[in-house]
Amino acid sequence: MSGTSSDAMEQSGRTRWVRYLVLALVAFVMLYPLLWLIGASFKSNQQIFTEVGFWPQNIDFKAYAKGWKTSTEYTFATYFLNSFLIAIPRIIVTVISCVLVAYAFARFEFWGKKFLFSVMVATMMLPLIVLRLPQYLVFRELGWLDSYLPMIVPSAFATDTFFIFMLVQFLRSIPRDMEEAAQIDGCNSLQLLWHIIVPMLKPAIISVIVFQFIWTMNDFMSPLIYLASVEKYPVSLALKMSIGATEEVEWANVIAISVVALIPSVAVFFAAQRHFIEGATSSGIKG
Amino acid sequence: MAHLQLKKIEKIYPNGFKAVHGVDLDVRDGEFMVLVGPSGCAKSTLLRMVAGLESISGGELHIGQRVVNHMSPKERRIAMVFQNYALYPHMTVYDNLAFGLRLSGANKKEVAARVQEAAVLLEMEHLLERYPKQLSGGQAQRVAVGRAIVKKPDVFLFDEPLSNLDAKLRAAMRVRLTELHRSLRDSGQSATVVYVTHDQVEAMTMGERICVLKEGVIQQVDTPTRLYDHPANTFVASFIGSPEMNILQAQVLREGDAIALGLDGQNLLLPEVKAHALAGKVQGRVQLGVRPEHIMARAPLDAPSVAVQGTLRFMEHLGSEVFVHFNIGSLPVTARLGADQLGDLQGKERGQGHTFYLHMGRCLFFDADTGLNLQA
Repeated sequence: MSGTSSDAMEQSGRTRWVRYLVLALVAFVMLYPLLWLIGASFKSNQQIFTEVGFWPQNIDFKAYAKGWKTSTEYTFATYFLNSFLIAIPRIIVTVISCVLVAYAFARFEFWGKKFLFSVMVATMMLPLIVLRLPQYLVFRELGWLDSYLPMIVPSAFATDTFFIFMLVQFLRSIPRDMEEAAQIDGCNSLQLLWHIIVPMLKPAIISVIVFQFIWTMNDFMSPLIYLASVEKYPVSLALKMSIGATEEVEWANVIAISVVALIPSVAVFFAAQRHFIEGATSSGIKG
Repeated sequence: MAHLQLKKIEKIYPNGFKAVHGVDLDVRDGEFMVLVGPSGCAKSTLLRMVAGLESISGGELHIGQRVVNHMSPKERRIAMVFQNYALYPHMTVYDNLAFGLRLSGANKKEVAARVQEAAVLLEMEHLLERYPKQLSGGQAQRVAVGRAIVKKPDVFLFDEPLSNLDAKLRAAMRVRLTELHRSLRDSGQSATVVYVTHDQVEAMTMGERICVLKEGVIQQVDTPTRLYDHPANTFVASFIGSPEMNILQAQVLREGDAIALGLDGQNLLLPEVKAHALAGKVQGRVQLGVRPEHIMARAPLDAPSVAVQGTLRFMEHLGSEVFVHFNIGSLPVTARLGADQLGDLQGKERGQGHTFYLHMGRCLFFDADTGLNLQA
């Protein structure tokens, strides 16, 4: 008996090692471009185009310093600030508008609700590019070109339908008893939203914040279309600019600053990871 | 004070389904009223209509002197305990209790005092700093009750509050809730209770009066003992009591002045008193109701009984008592005997015959078609 059980244990130990080895290999393949990117930020142009490995010969942060300064009169500090000036207000208005709309769809009965919800979901299928031209014309009429408003204001009207969809699904999975208890405790609809629904929606709201932050930081198209002055550029545009500014590109500088550009998104993701995973996977809350 | 009155209350859903059919019910001030019935009998719907969580399609609902049909739950001055407790998961026990008081604008000192008072009453002072997820089922249940008590409502509403607990805890909580109700009432607080359950044991043990519902219609409202001894119809008779009452189809046979019942081939003579009471009411077919404890394995010395031949099916031993399942002809019957009352039934095998004795003085008769109690 003891012989067989220790054999079985040994075998399960072995299969576990094999499993981890395979997982590690796949993870390495997936992460390789990122590792290469970090390695290449310490290399010269010649090394970048001739070497396959990602490990640099010497570590020095010259490229980071150069990349940060840029070839324009502004440093990347300005561009990062610009990115945050777009992302933070946008996240705030997104959360407020999407929670309100999702609350209405998930908890209230009103005329045409099903129709409106399906229209809203249908807009998710719409390629955003088809809206660019009419939107551009509208914003030009409003005199909002070369400002951040075209990137922020639409989100205040709950146009990020994916988030609404996500919040509605999350809300539907929460039993209503808590809300009924709160109603009996004396909450009106808005107090209910603030005291009960929002705290319970927290994991989903954090997911919204993380997604919106990363998407806004990575957004290239909108700033490209709406912004004209370099001093207002966000990181995504500034990165592009550093490639085309001079005739000979110092790739290490561009790569170094790309690495820096990744930091906020990665940091936000890890800071929110615990809640984020909960929000993305949780289908309900126990009473 | 907090006298609750339902007058011709109706619930019709938008799809036309009528769930509650003109319910009239009076719950006296301080009374513990239990609504009981099988699932789908609209007892929870009725409770939610009293709470203000469901709209009322017809009739009038009074709490005290006020008509509350169109009032919000808050204005009705009620408190409700939910089946799954519905504690706010992001708040501590203290905040759960204090939430309603704070919303009503009570000052900090008063909130603290009332929460403390409820916590002492329910012996949960040590739980106040915990979150709901750190509580056991029984503790969460107490917190849910505490949340109702701190509000000092006119009417307490309970929606199957014990059905998520295990059997042992449920029995303990039953006693606790009943005691709590009596002590609140003795202390002069408003303690009108409407308690919904599908469990007839809960109904019988806790209720001062019980309202039995079936498909949105009240079958009977009475005290537990009256319900047990004088059920209005076969539905109430078989719903109350466990194991349930034996309802047997019988033929009424006249033998001179006496009345006998034909039970699948066997004739049982009714005692004179019973026959007298039933004279003129029974003809042709009738339904005979016999409680399992009114069937004996040996002829009783002190009560009139009639003998009937049965065929043993099986026995369930519960320690102090035994449920004996047997057939009279083709009619299945259950008897409930003390373990020491088995006599020579002990050791008999499935399929063997035995003479059982029915306590005819305690039998009930129901109309063969309507199911109504003929002696009521």
